[in-house]
Amino acid sequence: MAKSALLKSSIAKKVAMALSGLFLMLFLAQHFFINMTSVFNSDTFNSISHFMGNNPLVQYVIQPILVLGVIFHFTMGIVLEFKNNSARPISYAKNNGAANSSWASRNMIISGAVVLAFILLHFYDFWIPEMVYKYVDVNPLNETRYFSELVHKFESPVRTAIYCVSFLLLSLHLWHGFNSSFQSVGFNNKYSRSLHKLGYTFAIVVPFGFIFIALFHHFNH
Amino acid sequence: MAQCQLAFDFRFYDFQTKNMKLTLKIWRQKNAAAEGKIVEYPIDHIEPDMSFLEMLDILNDELIMKGDEPVAFDHDCREGICGMCSLYINGEAHGPDRGVTTCQLHMRMFKDGDTIFIEPFRAKAFPVIKDLVVDRSSFDRIQHAGGFISVNTSGNTIDANTIPVNKKDADDAFDAAACIGCGACVATCKNSSAMLFVAAKVSQYALLPQGRIEATDRVLNMVSQMDAEGFGNCTNTGACEVECPKGISLENIARMNREYMSASLKG
Ligand code: SF4
Ligand code: FES
Repeated sequence: MAKSALLKSSIAKKVAMALSGLFLMLFLAQHFFINMTSVFNSDTFNSISHFMGNNPLVQYVIQPILVLGVIFHFTMGIVLEFKNNSARPISYAKNNGAANSSWASRNMIISGAVVLAFILLHFYDFWIPEMVYKYVDVNPLNETRYFSELVHKFESPVRTAIYCVSFLLLSLHLWHGFNSSFQSVGFNNKYSRSLHKLGYTFAIVVPFGFIFIALFHHFNH
Repeated sequence: MAQCQLAFDFRFYDFQTKNMKLTLKIWRQKNAAAEGKIVEYPIDHIEPDMSFLEMLDILNDELIMKGDEPVAFDHDCREGICGMCSLYINGEAHGPDRGVTTCQLHMRMFKDGDTIFIEPFRAKAFPVIKDLVVDRSSFDRIQHAGGFISVNTSGNTIDANTIPVNKKDADDAFDAAACIGCGACVATCKNSSAMLFVAAKVSQYALLPQGRIEATDRVLNMVSQMDAEGFGNCTNTGACEVECPKGISLENIARMNREYMSASLKG
């Protein structure tokens, strides 16, 4: 089969969406564990952050893949949404979507857009200053700055509120996305029931864990 | 002693009202090129035991008596096996009941005084021909692209049962083969995706030894025809599985995804 036909096919796009989603969920999980250490021990948080921020493999290999993964996932998501909308030029006068599917599954574009807005804010707020700090201004290494920077981010109630709302929407996105990505790559068997439970747990624990971290630092410092 | 079981769902039966009065809001469209619109029809003397299509027959009798154009809708077997009777009823493909086609839907699922929206199945790949009748020949073209096995029928055909088949595979293939090509999966999908239908057809053959021989070409050709027909992309909402009158499972879609990816890597 011509490779161009494969790339154009609906199933290849679906699998690509799923694989990028799975990769982003792995990233999210490690980010979650690192941030969680900030609640328990500032030194641990500082040392892990320092490692992640200065390890060449993380910085020059994983980080670019992550950025590309984010760009691919949302670009493809938007393209598919437009394509899918055009597959039904006249919509129903009465449609009862809630009768057969979850809100989260029908509105991935809405939850995705909020999460994207948050990622852009996070880039502007954290990632770009971090890149400037390290690679433009070339500041000397400071292994203890991370914790205070994190705490500082959660001082503002507005920023903390935006953060919490974004993570609520991320929870909805994962509620459908986690299990959907496994179904897309063809995983549907006797283990799927247990996997679904794991998916729903992930969709609650990780985003609400991030919210907890934000509120913890907001109210404790 | 044999026991008589009453297989009847009393939850939806309104014993008080034998005569239902309803308001129907029906999509009327003269032909494929014309603009359509929802037209309201009051209807009376409908009994809860009538089928939905019988209710439409009564409406059409009334319209014909008045000299109006009857509402065009698809139907054939009226026993849930041909897949012709489409209709999007009150926001759901084949209406609010589960595991049934529109011809198996009964008026007891509605209440006296209800307003019922009746629309055609909507998708770019299912254009409206007239009123509630849609053209589902895109499904036929997908079938033609690979939904078959090639057998020499010159008189030496070997009985299919001579090839042993694992019971689980035989059952799963049989379940997939229950698809009647009604199109409810497309109609109900927010993306107008035909994945459940195509997955059922691909699985039906992929699971059996007779179907394995052409499995690679089959899945590639059927998916490429599906995409060419303008169906949307599946996002796994699962609405199709809920609305499918034959209980075709999402497992078939996962199987088709596996089949497709391995076929493209091979091909
Ligand atoms: S999969 Fe179900 S809903 Fe879709 S065409 Fe077949 S029987 Fe109809
Ligand atoms: S008319 Fe044949 S399935 Fe309904």
